[in-house]
Amino acid sequence: MAVDVLMPALSPTMEEGTLAKWLVAEGDMVKSGQIIAEIETDKATMEFEAVDEGKVGRILVAEGTSGVKVNTPIMTLVEDGESADAAPAPVAAAVAAPVAAAAAAPVAAAVAVVSKASPDWPAGTPMKTMTVREALREAMAEEMRDNPNVMLMGEEVGEYQGAYKISQGLLDEFGPKRIVDTPITEAGFTGIAIGAAWGGLNPIVEFMTFNFAMQAIDHILNSAAKTNYMSGGQLGCPIVFRGANGAAARVGAQHSQDYAAWYAAIPGLRVVMPYSASDAKGLLKQAIRDPNPVIFLENEIMYGKSFEVPDLADFTIPFGKARIWREGTDVTIVSFGIGMTYALEAAEQLAAEGISAEVIDLRTLRPIDYDTVLASVQKTNRCVTVEEGFPVGSIGDHLASTIMQRAFDYLDAPVVTCTGKDVPMPYAANLEKLALVTTADVVAAVKSVCYR
Amino acid sequence: MAAKKAPEKSNVSKEELLKFYREMLMIRRFEEKAGQLYGMGLIGGFCHLYIGQEAVVVGLEACTKEGDKRITSYRDHGHMLACGMEANGVMAELTGREGGYSKGKGGSMHMFSREKHFYGGHGIVGAQVPLGAGLAFADKYKGNDNVTFAYFGDGAANQGQVYETYNMAELWDLPVIFVIENNHYAMGTSQARSTKSETLFGRGLAYGIAGEQVDGMDVLAVKEAGEKAVAHCRAGKGPYILEMMTYRYRGHSMSDPAKYRTREEVEKMKSEKDAIEHVRDLLLNSGLASDEDLKAIDKSIKEVVNASAEFAKASPEPALSELWTDIYA
Repeated sequence: MAVDVLMPALSPTMEEGTLAKWLVAEGDMVKSGQIIAEIETDKATMEFEAVDEGKVGRILVAEGTSGVKVNTPIMTLVEDGESADAAPAPVAAAVAAPVAAAAAAPVAAAVAVVSKASPDWPAGTPMKTMTVREALREAMAEEMRDNPNVMLMGEEVGEYQGAYKISQGLLDEFGPKRIVDTPITEAGFTGIAIGAAWGGLNPIVEFMTFNFAMQAIDHILNSAAKTNYMSGGQLGCPIVFRGANGAAARVGAQHSQDYAAWYAAIPGLRVVMPYSASDAKGLLKQAIRDPNPVIFLENEIMYGKSFEVPDLADFTIPFGKARIWREGTDVTIVSFGIGMTYALEAAEQLAAEGISAEVIDLRTLRPIDYDTVLASVQKTNRCVTVEEGFPVGSIGDHLASTIMQRAFDYLDAPVVTCTGKDVPMPYAANLEKLALVTTADVVAAVKSVCYR
Repeated sequence: MAAKKAPEKSNVSKEELLKFYREMLMIRRFEEKAGQLYGMGLIGGFCHLYIGQEAVVVGLEACTKEGDKRITSYRDHGHMLACGMEANGVMAELTGREGGYSKGKGGSMHMFSREKHFYGGHGIVGAQVPLGAGLAFADKYKGNDNVTFAYFGDGAANQGQVYETYNMAELWDLPVIFVIENNHYAMGTSQARSTKSETLFGRGLAYGIAGEQVDGMDVLAVKEAGEKAVAHCRAGKGPYILEMMTYRYRGHSMSDPAKYRTREEVEKMKSEKDAIEHVRDLLLNSGLASDEDLKAIDKSIKEVVNASAEFAKASPEPALSELWTDIYA
């Protein structure tokens, strides 16, 4: 009985990969546990072990093929003596398979809409395509080349090349003095990094995810955010805390929280949550240069997404300036970070139904660009906010209150906030999907405020 | 603890002994005045006095050079005076006035001086330990031979982050001296009620950190141990732990009725182990100073302390606009 060997998912967010190398050939006998192939994800090259035993029937995906979707048959195993033709799975069929797999992923793989104009660089600037991951790495590398006091500290940032490969190659370029691997000890190394900032360095602290920063949140708030004030302006803390924030995929309640609203509540912090690669790069460079503690909230699902980034030797994006991704007249959708994915998808769907949505990416949550939001709401008279975090005390709540206080007379409908559900993140795929904010939620919210 | 130190033990110069006397007495008189102002309602909130522990910080400051750093907990007035910060600025911060080191925005527990390399004044128990190691991290990164003194109490010694810091400080050979000011009581909880560890410095051995217990009521013993620790750090050998056995005469804070220990215990420490009396005896018994000499010092200190109180009362409250300044650098 022939068995299909499928392209494996090697991380919670992997949707596709490259079949880098076959270590077996058609006709070889394979034992359970034998390494049969090397598979390259966007983060690493990993070995793939056989589970079933048998003889390699056909190799369906050639070595070197990129973009192989998870669950695509890549090889058949037949019983010894059985003909390879027992599994007639042609290569063409295998390539057609991935669509369903991608659709099943928690986030649609749509590449971002590129807005026509950017407030951040001159028109006509040459652009290059790059992932958010590459943009973050470039930002750190450029700033480290520029300032010898910039250094990176965190778990697995050096020899492992980064748990999510954001720091890939940095150890080779900058050495262990500046790329510091720490023990698993968030409270301790966060305190050390803050002390080092007071001592004249510009540390970047990578939290493997912001869920683990809970161990260190006392230092982030009480030591980093408050001391400049408590010292009458003597002791600023130039430090960046960055890492994955919010839900990845199927990692459960303790690894899925979005902390945007939590940190945005704290005076003394700057809070950045980029969506695009160009914002990730320009805002991270700005964060590293800022003399204050900056919370830089990334998202695992966004790391592998590609965007156009200006091909400039140096550019930064100032804090407190929202970006209008899409102009519209009927409703304002305000979001940030991965929420922008749903906001933009919703705007596209709504356009097809004759509703013109203006989509604003806040980009920084402290400071917040209230002026851009208010100006837009005064034009559209309706507002929907989109974020992944919990509903109580959300950024959307704060915006709704601000809009009510400063633009009440312009509103034709209550502001509706789209958030994650008020539950710990469940593991089951169907429940997780239900817990997260979706494009459908945004579309429904917009229709409700438009009375459609 | 043992009886009073024998005067002939002294191997320090007259100038140095007089300096110790002056500095320790300065802290004590300052703290007494602060206690008085608190009672008058001029100082608010929490106010933790250093009375009884003066020898620790004065003895260790005698081992420092320009560029060395210090960081401590909320019981910080003594550390500030010992590292050369002005009494006026400290007292005016206690009264929450514009002339205070933090312009009145920090208070007793939160004062800093970049100029004197004093990095606070921290109100979260144990937080100053990794922060201090971080200061040392920066010095090592920059390749100088500065040392950081990270002070904390026997109470803070039970915080997990202390041990996270021990581990990394030794792993990275950071030039930090962990000074455990063991005054035997974490607020109202005696050491015996919080741990079965016989010594606190001994916990560092698990991380490979050298350390020792020191008579923290004897400023000369403190200095001797401090010099050893400083030499260790400056030589690039990594951190060192000094467990200073000391005693606070007053309550944990001004609002502490101190029912957890007997009056006799406190009186015994005061009469047998007082750090200032010890130095006073050394000076008088060895003929290095006369009663009149010491009275003159007492008088000059009283003047400085009284002047600081006057300054702290006269300094205006911060302008209302200060509410919105210094949030960002």
